[in-house]
Amino acid sequence: MTLMKHLAGAAATLALTAGVATAEPAIIFDLGGKFDKSFNEAAFGGAERWKAETGGTYKELEMQDEAQREQALRRLAEAGANPVVMTGFAFGDVLNKVAPDFPNTKFAIVDMVVEQPNVKSVVFNEHEGSYLVGMMAGMASKTGTVGFIGGMDIPLIRKFGCGYAQGVLAAKADAKVVLNMTGTTPAAWNDPVKGAELAKAQKAQGADVIYAAAGGTGVGVLQTAADEGILSIGVDSNQNYMHPGKVLTSMLKRVDNAVYEAFKEGENLTPGINVMGLANDGVGYAMDENNAALVTPEMQAAVDAAAAKIKSGEIVVHDYMSDNTCPAAQF
Amino acid sequence: MDYATLLQLLDSTLRLGTPLLLACLAGLYSERAGIFDIGLEGKMLMAAMSAGAVAALTGSVWLGLLAAIAGSLIFAVLHGVASITFRGNQLISGVALNFLASGITVLIAQALFGQGGRTPPLTDGGRFNPITLPFAESLQGVPVLGPLYYEVISGHSILVYAALAFVPMTWWLLYRTRFGLRLRAVGENPASVDTAGVSVKGLRFAAVLITGILCGIAGAYMATALQAGFGREMTAGRGYIALAALIFAKWRPWQALGATMLFGFFQALALRPDVVESVVGRKVPVSMLDALPYVLTVLVLAGFVGKAIPPRAGGEPYVKER
Repeated sequence: MTLMKHLAGAAATLALTAGVATAEPAIIFDLGGKFDKSFNEAAFGGAERWKAETGGTYKELEMQDEAQREQALRRLAEAGANPVVMTGFAFGDVLNKVAPDFPNTKFAIVDMVVEQPNVKSVVFNEHEGSYLVGMMAGMASKTGTVGFIGGMDIPLIRKFGCGYAQGVLAAKADAKVVLNMTGTTPAAWNDPVKGAELAKAQKAQGADVIYAAAGGTGVGVLQTAADEGILSIGVDSNQNYMHPGKVLTSMLKRVDNAVYEAFKEGENLTPGINVMGLANDGVGYAMDENNAALVTPEMQAAVDAAAAKIKSGEIVVHDYMSDNTCPAAQF
Repeated sequence: MDYATLLQLLDSTLRLGTPLLLACLAGLYSERAGIFDIGLEGKMLMAAMSAGAVAALTGSVWLGLLAAIAGSLIFAVLHGVASITFRGNQLISGVALNFLASGITVLIAQALFGQGGRTPPLTDGGRFNPITLPFAESLQGVPVLGPLYYEVISGHSILVYAALAFVPMTWWLLYRTRFGLRLRAVGENPASVDTAGVSVKGLRFAAVLITGILCGIAGAYMATALQAGFGREMTAGRGYIALAALIFAKWRPWQALGATMLFGFFQALALRPDVVESVVGRKVPVSMLDALPYVLTVLVLAGFVGKAIPPRAGGEPYVKER
């Protein structure tokens, strides 16, 4: 019996030291859910890539409601996860509060800036990527009217819409951009029925290309656009495959790269603000066999030229979040 | 606002109002029999998932509809057993079932398809497609009424017409049949029904099952007609708006049609801020339109627009005197 106890004790100590030596990274997915075919799924893809390459394991947690945020963060930090990566602007306030309590744990947050000594903030220049897909929408539109459907009405989503509108107008100066938001509560990320009705309403106003930046609601937008015979543009992940030949392109936001990098850096994560834009392949547009027939060589040439100019600084796309105004659109 | 825009709005109203109408009629049966049902949302969600899953697996939308009704009925029976057989608190049972539905739908869909609680996109045979009513094409030229018939009334899925047909059917059943009289009586004064030798439990179970069937159709409409598959929490609070509509309609079928279509119209208006702006003459926040159904319901409850008196025995389990 005593021998058993000793053995068990030794095993426990071993497990503990092993745990300290290689802390597992952790990721928390926001309310859209891990498989939203969009933002969170991209993050999941990054984590899986790290797992496949290093053979390591990671902890994960999916948010179910707003109230869980702080608890989830604390639980993972207390369990020894390091670094803890979270996706979504909504973690901002909570992380600001929690990070000082765990000075030895590194945190990374996507889509929000949190100024704490142990936090890495990754933000994307979504306006640049949206500008490019906006140009494609402007060139692909036959009616001269294009649409934008956002999820929850927050500055970040307006940033998408604003960049998009600028791109549309750059391609076709007299084009009309119809902007709609699904709602003002987090339920707006998961209402495909309302997304579908918005798409129909925009079509009635003449829109023939619709860009959806709306999480799970976007699934309804893309579906309806395909049903109604108009084009749509996906967001965050490459969504071209969802309706082959009917999705013009997708605005890629390489959340997967952000998560992958954070996991790779591990406990030596460098705190600070990391801006991922066109210049460092943080955003872009998706081309594959599903949309090859929709994108003409002229479109691609124009967009690539604009991308080069944005990288070199020749074109500056206005960022809605810098001053909460948009020169190209009215919210 | 021109005529074409108005027609487009009305068309959208009918689509958005139909799930509300079905859920509202569902609630009407249950509440008229004295069983409050806050779980309409959960039943619709369960139905939407069942419809999406079965239609995706079998490729048949009709099997999907049957599955939706079955899924919703399971929840209805649970509610019935908890609140009729075991005389539990009806509100608590309803809330619990809503939570259960929210979790279990994602769990089942994830276990079946591994797509994150979503069901795979449905193809043609797995969806209710719009049907064009007779003469819709040829009458299109008739001024005013032609486009109205073609744009608004024609071109919906069969479930929309079924939902509309349920309104007079419900009225007839409630006010012109023996079953309806007893159903209404059991919600007002179950003791008298019992004295007459009619089973209170039997009547209440019948009402709760009808609620289940109607919620099942509502869920199937969302997953297989409006959308091409189930998504997490896709009912997005429509069960609660339907409850508000039920109060607004004062628990009567024709008024339920009016209330749900009015709420559907508000939802359709919220999709067209440009139209609202041009009619009102100034920018109206979309969230105000979204809140309007609830504001109206509170006004009705407060007694500003007539009196809303719920069935007298509503919410109380029936206990035979010993």
